[in-house]
Amino acid sequence: MGNKLLEIDNLSVHFTVNNQTVKAVNGLSLEINHGECMGLVGETGAGKTTTALATIRLVPNPPGKIVGGTIKFEGENLLEVSEKKIRAIRGNSISMIFQDPMTSLNPITRVGDQIMETILLHEKISKVDAAVKAQRMLELVGIPANRYDEYPHQFSGGMKQRVMIACALVCNPKLLIADEPTTALDVTIQAQVLELVKRLKREFNTAMLMITHDLGVVLDVCDKVAIMYAGSIMERGSVDAIFDDPKHPYTQGLFKSIPDLDEETERLEPIPGMMPDPSNLPQGCAFSPRCPFSKEICETHCPNPVQVGDDHHVACFLYGSEKEEV
Amino acid sequence: MKKRKNRNGQLHDVWRKLKMNKLAMISLGVLIMIFLIAIFAPLVIPYDYAYQDYNSVLQFPNASHPFGTDNFGRDIFSRILYGSRFTIFIGFGATTVAATCGIILGLMAAYFKKLDNIIMRAMDVLIGMPGMTLLILIISVLGPNIKNMVIAISIAYTPAFARVTRGAAMSVINQEYIEACSAIGANDKRILLKHVFPNSMAPVIIQYSLAAGLSILLGASLSFVGMGVQPPTPEWGLMVSDGRSYLRTSWYMSIIPGLAIILVTIALNYLGDGIRDALDPRLNK
Amino acid sequence: MAKYFFRRLISMLFVLLAAIVLVFTLMEFAPGDPVMTMLGEGGTAEQIAALREKLGLAQPYIVRLGSFIWGFLHADLGESYRSGLPVFSEIISRYPITLKLTFGSVALGILIGVPAGIVSSVKQYSVFDRIFTSVSLFGVSAPSFWIAMLLVLIFSVKLGWLPPTGTYSFEYWILPVLTMGLQTSASIMRMTRSSILEVVRQDYIRTARAKGQSERAIIFKHVLPNALIPILTVVGIDICGFLGGSVLVETVFAMPGLGKFILDCVNFKDYPAVLGGILWISLNCVVITFIIDMLYGVVDPRIKSMYGAKKSKAKAIITAKSES
Repeated sequence: MGNKLLEIDNLSVHFTVNNQTVKAVNGLSLEINHGECMGLVGETGAGKTTTALATIRLVPNPPGKIVGGTIKFEGENLLEVSEKKIRAIRGNSISMIFQDPMTSLNPITRVGDQIMETILLHEKISKVDAAVKAQRMLELVGIPANRYDEYPHQFSGGMKQRVMIACALVCNPKLLIADEPTTALDVTIQAQVLELVKRLKREFNTAMLMITHDLGVVLDVCDKVAIMYAGSIMERGSVDAIFDDPKHPYTQGLFKSIPDLDEETERLEPIPGMMPDPSNLPQGCAFSPRCPFSKEICETHCPNPVQVGDDHHVACFLYGSEKEEV
Repeated sequence: MKKRKNRNGQLHDVWRKLKMNKLAMISLGVLIMIFLIAIFAPLVIPYDYAYQDYNSVLQFPNASHPFGTDNFGRDIFSRILYGSRFTIFIGFGATTVAATCGIILGLMAAYFKKLDNIIMRAMDVLIGMPGMTLLILIISVLGPNIKNMVIAISIAYTPAFARVTRGAAMSVINQEYIEACSAIGANDKRILLKHVFPNSMAPVIIQYSLAAGLSILLGASLSFVGMGVQPPTPEWGLMVSDGRSYLRTSWYMSIIPGLAIILVTIALNYLGDGIRDALDPRLNK
Repeated sequence: MAKYFFRRLISMLFVLLAAIVLVFTLMEFAPGDPVMTMLGEGGTAEQIAALREKLGLAQPYIVRLGSFIWGFLHADLGESYRSGLPVFSEIISRYPITLKLTFGSVALGILIGVPAGIVSSVKQYSVFDRIFTSVSLFGVSAPSFWIAMLLVLIFSVKLGWLPPTGTYSFEYWILPVLTMGLQTSASIMRMTRSSILEVVRQDYIRTARAKGQSERAIIFKHVLPNALIPILTVVGIDICGFLGGSVLVETVFAMPGLGKFILDCVNFKDYPAVLGGILWISLNCVVITFIIDMLYGVVDPRIKSMYGAKKSKAKAIITAKSES
């Protein structure tokens, strides 16, 4: 109980556009302990980014609204704290880095100053001291300190992402949320950035929520993983447990659709069908229309998560999940 | 085959979005009404616009003359209705000519690298001069009448269309499917007409509605200073000028024609804004 | 930065030269024979020939073009047919009025337009926003001469607070500057609002929020500096537009500015004066555009390295918004 850094319980986020309600996140629950790296895996549109944004209350408010659940950070429900408090937390205790480094940095501000901005927001030190600290951070992420005065357009994609990482980690946050940080980068750069992230995570003992659709990244960096589909978690557990013995049909489908170097396969097996329209979710289990094992109960009721192993939970009626009121 | 269907589907989408914009639809309605008035003007007006009734000089708006009469006893309401012809002709005529020339020049500049520099430098020279100055220059050489007004205003707005078309066309041309067309042997003209042109049109349409409004304002300004249509033509800008000496007592002579100008221009602006919003792909998410 | 400066400078000089040639050539086709205008009906053949010789009208086009350009570089624009005085001095004596009117109006426009645009965009869809958006739309749709006359009607005729014509003291300037100022504040407000709305949805604004930055600081430190470029473009266009279009307001308020001067000279067929006046305005516009280009480089560091590629995209969409 005392070890849990982040505890999301039954989170639901809805977007209202043109009189239609898009249910981006539905009853999502997950936990991250201190120093732990949790991977959040899912296809595009599963609601991963929305979950991440909701954690620090950055869901754009006119269309989006958090309609239920709690997000406890170090025991405190972030959905109920004041605006001032959440601003003190952002960039300081919980930091976030985004998917597209090309557009995530202010184009007319020097990169060093952008790191310094984070420092000055949360620490009472002089500008000079902050600048020195920013320089040191640049070095730490592998950028020469003398590039402090340069502008984002003078850096490549991979280096821009490093700057973002520097901004995010400079105040030594307890939790780093990384929203597909390497998706927009070349494979070789991807490896470099992941190495950097792993190293910093070890040095600062930062917990991480690594959002990705790439199972390879999860295996490389994460301790635990949660599989997300249509706004809720289908299966979660330690990386070993899930990778060795995926239980949920969706997870099994995911693993089957990536090529395995060790095996000879004739064809890749994609999961037939498409993710449901979040403004029109099916009544029961969201995956049932595509599930090869779906039963009658799956179409009318949503399964609750049930423990199937040491640190391994599945939300599926195949394993004895209890019904949840729809 | 598929591409044509896509385009019609897109058009349908845009129209649907536009319909949801109430202001844009009202503006469209207003403009259509003005167009109709312009076309059927002689049939619609209660009095002959040139008829001078010396018994009803300088009357304040009343039952028989809803907009009053001017110093020659002419019914202002009829003159305003008839004057819509000039407004429409000048505004849309000049803009259409400017758009045609501008689009052709812009497409050529975007597609043929060798022509790009020359064409755009020429456009720069024209843009370097403020609109009114350029217009006065051209009219002083050609003479003040409605035909020359259209010529002058078209010259003034051609560079804007050329620039917008060139910009849009260049981003289309840089896309790979154009290279693909070339690779399968399509000739330049075909590529330009069938692919580059249709896909560059969105910003041009927006520019058209903006330019139409501005053309109307410029046309009225020219007439106001006497460099446009000549008396006794009931052009709205000229009517504002006619009323200047009578501002003290018969202010409606100048104010009302001005309101007519504003009505048309605002309608064009609302419609233009609406089209711009309907064409913006991002406003859907 | 120096490279950018010189590139724009060369460009500017080229445009200017082309404008001189263009305008000069166009004036060649202007109707009416200046000699006949000056001498009237009763000129004898010898007087006509003598005057033609004196005005240099007998020489071939190229020679006259050449000597005109030469004169232009020495601030010699010939003599006015109407007054006989050097065109340059006629222009210079009237230009200050047009300048004061232009810059006074643009200053007023920025003072009103930018704050209004900021408030309007921050409180999008509020009552404030709706009112301001409608009023500004009205402002860009109304001809300046009409606004001028409306203001005269209200403040001079009906209320008697301000004088309707002339330029004798400060109060004479209030209505003219107000007319053009309101017009430009409308276009500046619209551009400020749309530019801010555009910037606000960029990813880097979200990054700033994720750092824990307050909304207020985001507007002033992140949004506004990035939103500045299109606003700068509009200001440049409006300044040039006013330099040319001030004739309308000068006419209504009987101000002896350059715009009205050129108009009068056209009516009088005083072609050297028209030529000189138009080229003078063009020269000023080219210089203003150049200064704005330089300001782009100051505001946006990307432009310094990309030689203005970004600027032309911003301009292409809003160019040809003339005064009226």
